[in-house]
Amino acid sequence: MNAVAFVLARLARDRSALLGLVLIGALVVAALLAPVLATHPDDVFELHPSERLRAPGAAHWLGTDRMGADVYSRLLFGARITILIGVIAVGASLLVGVPVGLVAGYHHGWLSDLLMRVSDIFLAVPQLVLAIAIAQTLGPSLPNVILALSVTYWPWFARVVYAETRALQKEVFVESTAALGASPWRLTVLHVLPNIASPIIVRASIGMGFTILTAAALGFLGLGPPPPTPEWGRTIAESREFLPDAWWYAAAPGLAIFLTVMGFNLLGDGLRDVLDPRLRRSRAVGDGRDG
Amino acid sequence: MRLLALALHRLAWFIPTLLGLLVVTFVISRVIPADPVALVAGETATPAQVEELRRQLGYDRPLPVQFVQYVGRLVRGDMGTSIFTRRPIVEDLTHRLPATIELTIVAMVVSVLVGIPLGVLSALWRNSPLDHALRVVTVSGLAIASFWLGIMLQLLFAMRLGWTPLNGRLQGFPPQSITGFYLLDAAITNDWPTFGSALVHLALPAATLAFPALATLVRFTRAGVLDVMQSNFALYQRAMGLPRSLIVWKYMLRSALTSTVTQIGLLFGILLAGAVVTEAVFDWPGIGTYAVNSILRSDYNAVMGFTVWAGAVFIMVNLLVDVAQTLVDPRERTT
Repeated sequence: MNAVAFVLARLARDRSALLGLVLIGALVVAALLAPVLATHPDDVFELHPSERLRAPGAAHWLGTDRMGADVYSRLLFGARITILIGVIAVGASLLVGVPVGLVAGYHHGWLSDLLMRVSDIFLAVPQLVLAIAIAQTLGPSLPNVILALSVTYWPWFARVVYAETRALQKEVFVESTAALGASPWRLTVLHVLPNIASPIIVRASIGMGFTILTAAALGFLGLGPPPPTPEWGRTIAESREFLPDAWWYAAAPGLAIFLTVMGFNLLGDGLRDVLDPRLRRSRAVGDGRDG
Repeated sequence: MRLLALALHRLAWFIPTLLGLLVVTFVISRVIPADPVALVAGETATPAQVEELRRQLGYDRPLPVQFVQYVGRLVRGDMGTSIFTRRPIVEDLTHRLPATIELTIVAMVVSVLVGIPLGVLSALWRNSPLDHALRVVTVSGLAIASFWLGIMLQLLFAMRLGWTPLNGRLQGFPPQSITGFYLLDAAITNDWPTFGSALVHLALPAATLAFPALATLVRFTRAGVLDVMQSNFALYQRAMGLPRSLIVWKYMLRSALTSTVTQIGLLFGILLAGAVVTEAVFDWPGIGTYAVNSILRSDYNAVMGFTVWAGAVFIMVNLLVDVAQTLVDPRERTT
């Protein structure tokens, strides 16, 4: 717990990381308390044709959409989908990518080569392109979007973990633990893994932002969960035929995506500064945080 | 000679990666929940007809055999026929390729010409108002959904202000086709009204596509220049009394930009992927719009063809970047 408190205290001193934390906090609160915070919680499924495309005002803070539903309320429920997609897709990528990276990093030989070549193939193609192919084949639905994102994101973790594990093998403490007779399994899980936790955490935070952005693009292309799901990307696609008059309908969900992704990116950058002592030193000299 | 050997070595890696990509697309195309043969045969087909078609299409053979056939067809340039356009997919893609390449190159040029100087200035004037403003730009560029940025630009510049067209590639007839790039063709044939029209049509999509790339370039150039500013050789040159402008523009930039060259190559691939979404927003008649339309029509062969095509281009670009990197940075040659 001390380590967590230490990291949080350092993050709080970094203004942009703090902003990231606040944005993510707001997203989580919006998702958890959506039924309470929403002014029109039933609008996710109800139709109010007479209230169509109202401009933002006292009754509807962010206006209404083509079905007469409250844009603000639907945004809050959309936050739930965004978090769900991000957490499960990044979590699944972690569960696959970290063990693959550990095994490939620890072993030297054909297995290691095979694992890394496979992940290289995935990294060789833009994530969106492969995700489109998978989501299109499986059909538009929430689980399929999550699956498409997981299948295409795990190699990033495998890469990071592989590189860090290989670097650690040259460390004296790993060599001496091995010399003491620790099994490869024990060495990897108890000694290597805790030492490479930082880059994994940083990658996970940036990966959340990246995954949410890709998920929104899939939603926009019609590959996301079908209506009436209040998914942000799809909402933007729906809003297009009502421009330029109903500008709020298109602007609000895009702004929500922007703030969410920015939150994870800023937090990721801040975590890298705090957790990676090598970069922290370079920052003290030359403010190298952007590298 | 060593350079040639290295290029060949990288080329040898190209083929297995491409084959790996084909395995992935092949696997994806076989996990399709519906029976693809029944899909092609239609609802009215009898079971006997479906079986007959299955044999014709080769779906009754063992999977490895099917894979070899799949690769064989691709090598001959056969990606199948689009259900919607009723034309070979390769033909559709080739026809639409110039539009996508033109958009991507313009976006690339804009982001390089604007991004690198801004990155250098940002590093030289560290913590100045310009540096802070650029940090906002770089953070936004990586967080904004490009399709939303495109729609907002349309809303402001096309719908409200009327400065640019809403979408499309040109008004009126296209210029005489020489290269397929409207800007070039119009310039070659001295057709300046068409050139102007092509340029204003390009403005919004190119800006949309360039923004994330520009943010990345500013960020990397800034970090690269800052790194070099701390280096011993820069310190030495300063101690020797060389003018600052000479140090910065002649010596520091060369070593700072080696990592940026890699970035530019990687960006080209990222821009190609971004073009899918950007083209869809601006109804740009390139392969991105083709892919999106194919998704909407469930034209599954066309989507797969696009995936293979985009993947192959991306892998090829990475290969070229590797080779270019070796040419620019002598240190790479020893590894």
